[in-house]
Amino acid sequence: MIKVVNLIKKYNHILALDDISYSFEKGNIYSIIGSSGSGKSTFIKCIASLEQPDQGKICYQGIDKQNIGFIFQNFNLFNNMTVLENIIYAPQKVLNLNKEEAVYSAQNLLKAVNLNSSIEDQYPHSLSGGQKQRVSIARAIAMNPKVILYDEPTSALDPENIIEILNIIKNLSLSKDLLSIIVTHHIKFAQIISDKILFFENGKILVEGDSSILYGKMKNKRLREFLSKFHIIDT
Amino acid sequence: MSLIEIVPYTQKIEYLLYIARYIAQGVMSTLLCSLSAIVFGIFISICLTILKYTNNTCFVFFVKVYISIIRGTPFFLQLFFVYFALPGLVNVHVSMIFACILTLSINSSAYVSEIIRGGIESVDKGQVDAAKMLSISYYDTMIDIVLPQSLKSIIPSLINEIINLVKESAVVGVIGIADIMRRAHIISVEKYDFVTPLCIAGLFYYILIFIIAQIGIIIEKKLK
Repeated sequence: MIKVVNLIKKYNHILALDDISYSFEKGNIYSIIGSSGSGKSTFIKCIASLEQPDQGKICYQGIDKQNIGFIFQNFNLFNNMTVLENIIYAPQKVLNLNKEEAVYSAQNLLKAVNLNSSIEDQYPHSLSGGQKQRVSIARAIAMNPKVILYDEPTSALDPENIIEILNIIKNLSLSKDLLSIIVTHHIKFAQIISDKILFFENGKILVEGDSSILYGKMKNKRLREFLSKFHIIDT
Repeated sequence: MSLIEIVPYTQKIEYLLYIARYIAQGVMSTLLCSLSAIVFGIFISICLTILKYTNNTCFVFFVKVYISIIRGTPFFLQLFFVYFALPGLVNVHVSMIFACILTLSINSSAYVSEIIRGGIESVDKGQVDAAKMLSISYYDTMIDIVLPQSLKSIIPSLINEIINLVKESAVVGVIGIADIMRRAHIISVEKYDFVTPLCIAGLFYYILIFIIAQIGIIIEKKLK
């Protein structure tokens, strides 16, 4: 569905992505893990066209840019709009839905992300982190995407909200047959949710496979070192 | 010693009213110059800001040079240039009021465009990225998302700029516009009294600026 070929991205001569090639398949959930500065976020920003790669190409098979949703680490809700306005604005402007259709769809989406209709008229500054993240997911889903990219969706959330978001992502991915690519620091989150896990190091995909790559005796020394740090943090 | 101190009480009141009435006739000129300059200045500054955000190298360079020159030269010089030098260069007669409004507009546009730029940059860039990911056009992003939010941070600085403009407009008397300051000067010389006319002129400026500041407070409260 998305094919990345020989992707290279530099920031002031520092290599952020080093000749990455990979194919993402429809309906799967991919998690990208790795240390800070390993190129995870740059990679999905290139897929989302928020960053332009210096070399290589990204082939979008059967989708256009409008079909790609992006969930930001800091939510990036429109602060001058209410929750409902945040969700209905793009469908009205871009998909040309009338207000009634957009509101009806938004109210269903709010239910799907376990939000009470009473928050419809609230502004983002009065919401908790978990609520903001759920609104941002509803806003992205309102555009009927085929692909959703999540940039550390749980980093600003407490453990209870992390489980909630995990279930929402999983359910949406299954019910809408979405390709989901999640950049995360939460190894357990990646273990539970992912069909495939990619381990990034110095702008390269060092290890790739299903969640079993995180169990047992790991062949890759760097992945072992990386995970051992997290086990220390977890305890 | 001012005349007000050596005449009887009733004459003092009459004298005060006479001076106040004379200077009050200049309020319209001050308001015309400064309010027109605010409107045109904001219009020019919006154009400058749009040009700056086109990412076209020529436009960006032009805006940078424009702002640098206007901020780097005195308003007095700019006014003299527009009124005395420009007609000779382009062979067009420029009226006093036109020269004043044009110079004040150009001068304030350089400052207001920087205020608008600051306001736009105060809005989290992440919201622009979010709009981009929702396929919202650049125009809609600016009009419906960025500008309404930047307005909150722009208003206090904009009110300050408007206040500065009203005070700066006191200079326009040097080319003959009969504004508050010019009239205060004329009557001071005529009556050999610099205290009373200047105090009354100061009071008029203070009232004008107080009203503008109050309007600013009301707008700020409404935007909160």
